[in-house]
Amino acid sequence: MLRRALRLGLGPGLLGRGLGTHREGSTLDWHGKVSEIKKTIQSILPGGAWSPLCDTSHLPPEHSDVVIVGGGVLGLSVAYWLKRLEKRQGAIRVLVVERDHTYSQASTVLSVGGIRQQFSLPENIQLSLFSVEFLRNINEYLAVVDDPPLDLQFNPSGYLFLASEEGATIMENNVKVQRQEGAKVCLMSPEQLQKRFPWISTEGVALASYGLENEGWFDPWCLLQGLRRKVQSMGVLFCHGEVTRFVSSSNHMETAIGEEVTLRRIHEVHVKMDHSQEYQPVECAIVVNAAGAWSGRIAELAGIGKGPSGTLQGTKLPVEPRKRYVYLWHCPQGPGLEAPLVADPSGAYFRREGLGNNYLGGCSPAEEEEPDPGNLEVDHDFFQEKVWPHLARRVPAFETLKVRRAWAGYYDYNTFDQNGVVGPHPLVVNMYFATGFSGHGLQQAPAVGRAVAEVMLEGQFQTINLSPFLFSRFYLGEKAQEHCII
Amino acid sequence: MGKQRVRSEKARPSPPPQSLRLVAPVWNGGTSGIRGLSRSVDPEGSQRKGRTLLQFLADRFYDVEAVREYLLQKQVLKVLQRNRSFTYIKERYGPYVAGAYFILKQGGAVKFQDKEWMWPDGRGLSGELWKLREVPVEAVDASGCAINYQGLDNLLALKELQSLSLQCCPHVDDWCLSRLHQLANSLRELSLAGCPRISERGLACLHHLQNLRRLDISHLPAVSNPGLVQILVEEMLPNCEVLGADWAQGLKLGPEEQSRDTASSPIPA
Repeated sequence: MLRRALRLGLGPGLLGRGLGTHREGSTLDWHGKVSEIKKTIQSILPGGAWSPLCDTSHLPPEHSDVVIVGGGVLGLSVAYWLKRLEKRQGAIRVLVVERDHTYSQASTVLSVGGIRQQFSLPENIQLSLFSVEFLRNINEYLAVVDDPPLDLQFNPSGYLFLASEEGATIMENNVKVQRQEGAKVCLMSPEQLQKRFPWISTEGVALASYGLENEGWFDPWCLLQGLRRKVQSMGVLFCHGEVTRFVSSSNHMETAIGEEVTLRRIHEVHVKMDHSQEYQPVECAIVVNAAGAWSGRIAELAGIGKGPSGTLQGTKLPVEPRKRYVYLWHCPQGPGLEAPLVADPSGAYFRREGLGNNYLGGCSPAEEEEPDPGNLEVDHDFFQEKVWPHLARRVPAFETLKVRRAWAGYYDYNTFDQNGVVGPHPLVVNMYFATGFSGHGLQQAPAVGRAVAEVMLEGQFQTINLSPFLFSRFYLGEKAQEHCII
Repeated sequence: MGKQRVRSEKARPSPPPQSLRLVAPVWNGGTSGIRGLSRSVDPEGSQRKGRTLLQFLADRFYDVEAVREYLLQKQVLKVLQRNRSFTYIKERYGPYVAGAYFILKQGGAVKFQDKEWMWPDGRGLSGELWKLREVPVEAVDASGCAINYQGLDNLLALKELQSLSLQCCPHVDDWCLSRLHQLANSLRELSLAGCPRISERGLACLHHLQNLRRLDISHLPAVSNPGLVQILVEEMLPNCEVLGADWAQGLKLGPEEQSRDTASSPIPA
């Protein structure tokens, strides 16, 4: 027993090797041993996490008030607002579980990073307006004492949406709604468009809407790291692991009209460590599903969707991963510094990247041509056949371009109506959603985080009313669809 | 100070590794930024020693950290306070007088149409200003003023503004530039020289100002390639005279010049 305890601090084999090796001194790593001894002593002292039988410092805590599944921008935003809106400092213990700390497949960092207010639903516009205000004052929101300020590299160049004849009326209505909510958008005729941006070809364009302020693109990695840093300084715990199981209990109850309903409550989240079978059951009060493209899987683990189809128990979370490609190309005679993010009626889009005549862009494929989301391999033929022709038609200079790089990322695609799912599940009462934004999650993350934190702490939305985005709409069939021309 | 609670080691995060670029490497200027602010509220005498002592204490005691955060917040609030809008004056005397009053309060100068430049010195402020209700403001010199995004509201109400100088304003950044499109009809002259927070991304929004004839973008420390940006801005605003960096600045030596250099210095044996 004593030998085993000593071995913990002094490293394996020191006692086993005996004094012979010590005399030679060739393989002795004195500094390493000293730091290990220091670490053990520190963990034994009060305040450290010492477990005499085995070392559990790499495991998450055994109890946590809120467990957030997914450490991307949405999960971190929920964690930030929870800690910011809590009534007393340190009142809520939050644990963020992220299975990939390099974020190699996370939608946040693979995103093009755009932010716009040109939506058709007023809720989306309000979410985006608050998020842009958050980004503008990011050094007040996410300030950490003694750390350098954040530079988001925001390009306020705006979004330019082009509409053909069929989409022109919808675009006009959308712009009216946007202006009502406070977005600064202007409508342009083809002649005005040609004068403003001479490098564009207005063939087939009947109307264009251009965001004048608060629209553009920024660096999502910087936002993610800023949130991580701030959230860690506020006391949120991070865990590098994967959620494999929920342990819940059921309650059979009757509604006011006498219907039988089964309410479930999650009690434990089993978090499995990376590269090992070891797992830690974390007792929790609330679980937030912010797992992005994999939210559907997490919802299935919680028992959402297990029931006869057509009932509330049988309604699955309709979020699945969809692969999208982004291509970076160089075009020497391309549009200049003023180029906004241009979205063609065909669905192809591009924006300027840096000062060296490089551009980023892509296109959402049609339903039938959806690529297999099993991996993140890039299909270069897709660019040749589906993206380049539209780009070259819209900007004649793009007829001579050379693709430099390409990557693929996932959309957490909501197959129901391509808008986010926010708020609690009606039956699994302590699971909250913050996912399914289908490509505009990054730009709405700060506002959505605040909304979810409000629902968790106050019980209802306080600032922006996101009731059209609740889970129950999947069962009731009420689509919150964007009337976008793309 | 009340009871000091010692915090466990965990909470202070390790500094982010170098590969994550949180700060544009160019503007290390210091004064505009949270680190600069904390330096300016530093109560200790000797800066270097004082800051590390304060940091040491803030890492270990919640109270000290709270005090530092409070002082930082106060600095931020001070700037916000200076940029509040004067709605009463706007309703009573009109947008031109309100805008002029705002600029004069900040320490800048205002020129009404057909009048001389007005500087903030007790006398000019009281009498004449209030009579100029209908006279539009032609030029504003806000050099060195603490104008920020909110404060710009007062300037943007001056719809006949022809000349605007925002030289060396510490809080004018790319977001502020994106608002200047509201002055596109009248603005002829704009100077942004020496503003520490403006980068080429903000300069891209200046293409709304098609009536601009003179633009000064010299000495912008946050712009990454001053020569290249000068060319791009000139292409973006063809009718405008752009003063800024010399286009050859920042270019590397060509191959002939490089070989000339190495030929002159003796090659070590």
